[in-house]
Amino acid sequence: MEKSGRTLLAKIWDQHVIARISDDTDLLHVDRHLLHDLGGSRGLLDLKSRGLTVHNPELTFATPDHAISTARGRAGTIKIGQELLAALRVETAASGIQMFDIDEPGQGIVHVIGPELGLSLPGCLIVCGDSHTCTHGGLGALAFGIGSSELTHVLATQALIQRRPNTMRVKFEGKLSFGVTAKDMILALIGHVGAAGGTGYAVEYAGSAIRDLPVEGRLTICNLSIELGAKMGMVAPDEKTYEFLRGRPYAPQGDMWEQAVRVWRQLPSDPNAHFDREVLIDVTKIIPQVTWGTSPEHVVGVDGCIPDPQAIVDPARRAAVETALDYMGLKPGSPIAGTPVDWVFIGSCTNSRLSDLRAAAEVARGRKVAPGVRAWVVPGSETVKRDAVAEGLDKLFTEAGFEWREPGCSMCLAANGETVAPGQRSVSTSNRNFVGRQGPRARTHLASPASAAAAAIAGAIADVRTMER
Amino acid sequence: MPKPFNLLMAIAAPVMRGNIDTDVIIRIERLVGNSVRGTLGKWAFGALRYLPDGSENPEFILNREPYRQAEILITGPNFGCGSSREGAVWSLQEMGIRAIIGSSFGDIFFANCFQNGILPIVVDKEIVDGLAAEVALTQGAGRIGIDLEGQTITSPTGKQHRFEIDPRRREGLLEGLDEVALTLQRDHEIRAFQAADRAARPWIHFARKSA
Repeated sequence: MEKSGRTLLAKIWDQHVIARISDDTDLLHVDRHLLHDLGGSRGLLDLKSRGLTVHNPELTFATPDHAISTARGRAGTIKIGQELLAALRVETAASGIQMFDIDEPGQGIVHVIGPELGLSLPGCLIVCGDSHTCTHGGLGALAFGIGSSELTHVLATQALIQRRPNTMRVKFEGKLSFGVTAKDMILALIGHVGAAGGTGYAVEYAGSAIRDLPVEGRLTICNLSIELGAKMGMVAPDEKTYEFLRGRPYAPQGDMWEQAVRVWRQLPSDPNAHFDREVLIDVTKIIPQVTWGTSPEHVVGVDGCIPDPQAIVDPARRAAVETALDYMGLKPGSPIAGTPVDWVFIGSCTNSRLSDLRAAAEVARGRKVAPGVRAWVVPGSETVKRDAVAEGLDKLFTEAGFEWREPGCSMCLAANGETVAPGQRSVSTSNRNFVGRQGPRARTHLASPASAAAAAIAGAIADVRTMER
Repeated sequence: MPKPFNLLMAIAAPVMRGNIDTDVIIRIERLVGNSVRGTLGKWAFGALRYLPDGSENPEFILNREPYRQAEILITGPNFGCGSSREGAVWSLQEMGIRAIIGSSFGDIFFANCFQNGILPIVVDKEIVDGLAAEVALTQGAGRIGIDLEGQTITSPTGKQHRFEIDPRRREGLLEGLDEVALTLQRDHEIRAFQAADRAARPWIHFARKSA
């Protein structure tokens, strides 16, 4: 029998093995360790308290994003947020770690700045104390979130003990319809396989619809890997990846760039590579998606209806849907479109890049946010902000009645005092519609940037295809 | 460094809702700060445990006797999905939880448990449901036994179920090992890897901002 080929995952994994710990577990080298304000200083202080030092400060980078305010002048940053920021400055300086500080190019949501600066590269092993680290897999990196203990381990050793995951390939085939985006593709996938469908797997996204996506769309796809249970998601690098990275501040230059690209071209999975699970998605059937419940798997097409628990046979699933609908304050069986909203949030590591803001702006241009709706646009990084301002997007959004903010995580996780009030309903371009995620008893509907802008204008969940030009 | 784990015979609380995420286990604002350890036990499952006015929700199982004394959780599928926040494990630990039995767990949460001396056990859903049903029949009085060395769970009526666990992780729990110290014993290997890798992939090791 012919030996099966190797996957993208296996090629990157094997490259990083320092030592074999057991049959399925290896000590892996970490190429990039990204720190943020919520866990970065805690990790550095933990290290210090053990009498240890940072093993490779030159491979470690930091930026504040989680706990800072996104108001102009960072007004209203909560006291503990200020303390965490101060501690991050002191501890990174003491350890010789590069930090991208507020108002500097390079500051931003950690998963936006890694690719933007060229810190995240194909074939790279990247970790960060944040589950959405899988985002960087969109460049062909092996990237995943870690907890605080593992974070300390990486600071101390520049290495991590990991069990080799199973492999899943998701092929998205066909051409996207008008008004359908990367966000809709990945939400549709989560609806199909469920929030635990990828648990224990590293997912490789492939197929013609992935090849057709620009890099920023691939980052959005990989970002939501964790929402289907997979802590790693990746897309093989190609010419689009190299074009995206060429000339980025920390990407290799000159001969070293040529050398790197030659190595990266070897990374894609071999044609005869074996995957433990294969999923095929026909993207021509996908329409704009919106969530109705409290798990990303609670998702429907925007022309669909809120599920009716009475129609569900399995008692556990019926109870889960009832609980979710009760929390969300939704009527079973009614169309999801037309549900009135109080808040719209355009931002987060999922959807705050320039292409996301352009897509939202295209819908908002020349229109007005509906009365009674508060709509925020929070660019993902200082560079995204500056680029958007240079294109006049800030002005366009402001004239339409959106609030234009400073870069940060903001209302995606509500760790910074920026929350949706109890009982209020939000359409959000972020990644989690969990109970209380955007604030205690806040109700979140996940959607694409274009769909979120449409909801802001309509004052209700709306089908963006009727509003796009 | 986690405390060693050995035998446990304890009250178990079934929390069977599926997809309980780490945001539900501990709200993010409880984790904003550099010294939150020791403050989290009373905030575990806050959204389920307390009513909007801050009083205890009498319907929630961990607010009822004898489940208040639970040291084991029996959980629905995909428990601990979502955010990587290790504070979720800290909060459970601070409320006295030492083991969690479920059919599947969020990958990052699962790894974080071992780092803190909490044993997450994966067994078939039928076994999980059976344990929850037996516990419910005794109104929570029936204790569950866990023998990590023997890799068995004993139900309140004495049924034994074997569970699988990565031998390295089992040893880590039994001995209370310090993983950082263990890896640092391999520092010569890490440095040798880096020396070779600097030649093979210089762009990784000499990341410099271009002008």
